[in-house]
Amino acid sequence: MSDTAVELNLDRSRMMVSETEVAVELINMNKWYGDFHVLRDINLKVMKGERIVICGPSGSGKSTMIRCINRLEEHQAGQIIVDGNELTGDLKKIDEIRREVGMCFQHFNLFPHLTILENCTLAPIWVRKMPKRQAEEIAMHYLERVKIPEQANKYPGQLSGGQQQRVAIARSLCMNPKIMLFDEPTSALDPEMIKEVLDVMVSLAEEGMTMLCVTHEMGFARKVANRVIFMDAGQIVEQNEPEAFFLNPQHERTQLFLSQILHH
Amino acid sequence: MSDAQMFQIRTVEAPRLPAPSSTTGVIGWMRQNLFSSIGNTVLTILGALIAWALIEPLIEFALVKAVWTGDDRTACLGADGEHIGACWAYVGDYMQQFIYGRYTTSELWRVNTVYGLFALLLVPLLAPSVPYKGINALLLLVAFPIVAYYLLTGLVIGDTVILPIVETAQWGGLLVTLVIAVTGITASLPLGILFALGRRSNMPIIKLISVIFIEFWRGVPLITVLFMSSVMLPLFLPDGVTFDKLLRVLVGVTLFSSAYMAEVVRGGLQAIPKGQYEGAMALGLRFWPMMYLIILPQALKLVIPGIVNTFIGLFKDTTLVLIVGMFDLLGMIQSSFADPSWATPTQAHTGYLFAAFVFFVFCFGMSRYSIFVEKQLHTGHKR
Repeated sequence: MSDTAVELNLDRSRMMVSETEVAVELINMNKWYGDFHVLRDINLKVMKGERIVICGPSGSGKSTMIRCINRLEEHQAGQIIVDGNELTGDLKKIDEIRREVGMCFQHFNLFPHLTILENCTLAPIWVRKMPKRQAEEIAMHYLERVKIPEQANKYPGQLSGGQQQRVAIARSLCMNPKIMLFDEPTSALDPEMIKEVLDVMVSLAEEGMTMLCVTHEMGFARKVANRVIFMDAGQIVEQNEPEAFFLNPQHERTQLFLSQILHH
Repeated sequence: MSDAQMFQIRTVEAPRLPAPSSTTGVIGWMRQNLFSSIGNTVLTILGALIAWALIEPLIEFALVKAVWTGDDRTACLGADGEHIGACWAYVGDYMQQFIYGRYTTSELWRVNTVYGLFALLLVPLLAPSVPYKGINALLLLVAFPIVAYYLLTGLVIGDTVILPIVETAQWGGLLVTLVIAVTGITASLPLGILFALGRRSNMPIIKLISVIFIEFWRGVPLITVLFMSSVMLPLFLPDGVTFDKLLRVLVGVTLFSSAYMAEVVRGGLQAIPKGQYEGAMALGLRFWPMMYLIILPQALKLVIPGIVNTFIGLFKDTTLVLIVGMFDLLGMIQSSFADPSWATPTQAHTGYLFAAFVFFVFCFGMSRYSIFVEKQLHTGHKR
């Protein structure tokens, strides 16, 4: 795991964590895959503007947890409240929440049969019912922000992994989400492309976006996160501010994990 | 051994040279593909000889020794002991029956109009560069069938005969082949997609219905379906209720091929990674937009060869309607063998060759077009 060869400069002027507004709240949330209890009694409150990094060994339920937040996975017990709406089986609620929550995946999940621009305008046009012209303007704006406007008319298959992940971020941003979920966004990338994706994520953080990131980029966690959460075997076993988390891990499992990823 | 002999460090960039001339161009291609070794050279020569042995008699029969003009069988008999090729004069004489069946001769313009309209609407729809695809598709799939229905069957309002009725029993030849094939093809694709989605649905009842439908229609032979629909079905219907025989055949063929289509499409759906669904859902797309915009375009593109395979199979299966007493192109040709005025030794050969040629042209056309579409839709990995 790269504990950072990556240099990240941070402008903290707009990174403000709200003290009253809750973005996401998980209350006694439980999930099973068949008989297997993957998420055990998760309690987590994310305030607006928080940047949370979730780490832990593979199979610990990190991805499953954030995938529950936009209902890519269904939880069986407890509550999930996103932006004041409780997530239930109600399709309207699910639609409403998915509109407000953006997500980036490990394997980008761009649509290979559509151009980059079409990938970005699809959801605004079909979900937000935006006119095509306006959607394209917004898409170009975000493609410029992730620094690939010149690729707009290419297909995903013609781009490098780092470029594809930046498109995926731009695609989410076109829906103007209040919360962004990142599910190991740099794990499938070559080392030289990780920085370009992290740079985009840092700039998002600087603008005050609420972010939940499952990642093993400890450099990113140290610089950008205001809280680091450690999961093991389907439970949150430790959470702390990054400095304290890395310098002084409390839980035995956290100490083992950190020693394995930081000193290899 | 000194270092200098083990490797060379470049101080000047090595020039980029063109490939050796023996590996490019026609000669290079032939060397690589036809004569790359002694064994391959022998096989190439052997293959060429076999091909010639097969093609040469065909050319001689169909072209060199063929009879092109004549009024009756005497033209195609030849002098004593002479071998005569294909009797195209007979095909020419029967052309009207082969194309229209026994459709009333004075009303043939109606069939021609339908053929013309169909070509006029289909060609621009198939050519990617022509605009207005939406209107075009609407005209072809909604307006055209209605117009074609009245043109072909006739139109009588009250007591005024606008277009005289032509019974479907009089239809035949290529007309029947095309009506069944085109209807079957256009109806079976959407039906097949629906049943494929149904079979993958999480809703147990929809899934069950789809599975039963697909397995039933795939499990029975088409001949049985046709036979049942035209002979058995009337027994179960109350007196006085009848459906047109052609209509019953159309429904049978469509349901039959939609079951095959469903399985082809399901294969495509299974090949789409879960990430595509998740990407679409995370953006807030609901089920139908997700299917229509993301999943189906990719899935259908993957199974174009399978879809066209089913289309071609359906096209050729239309010949089975002979079993229920309908005369498609092949049926029409076969029935013409009974005509003594054209009875010659090569009459049947010529008729079957003509049938093979017509079917081949349609099927090969579909095949080439599908390859063209595949290339058009190829967007991945062309770095």
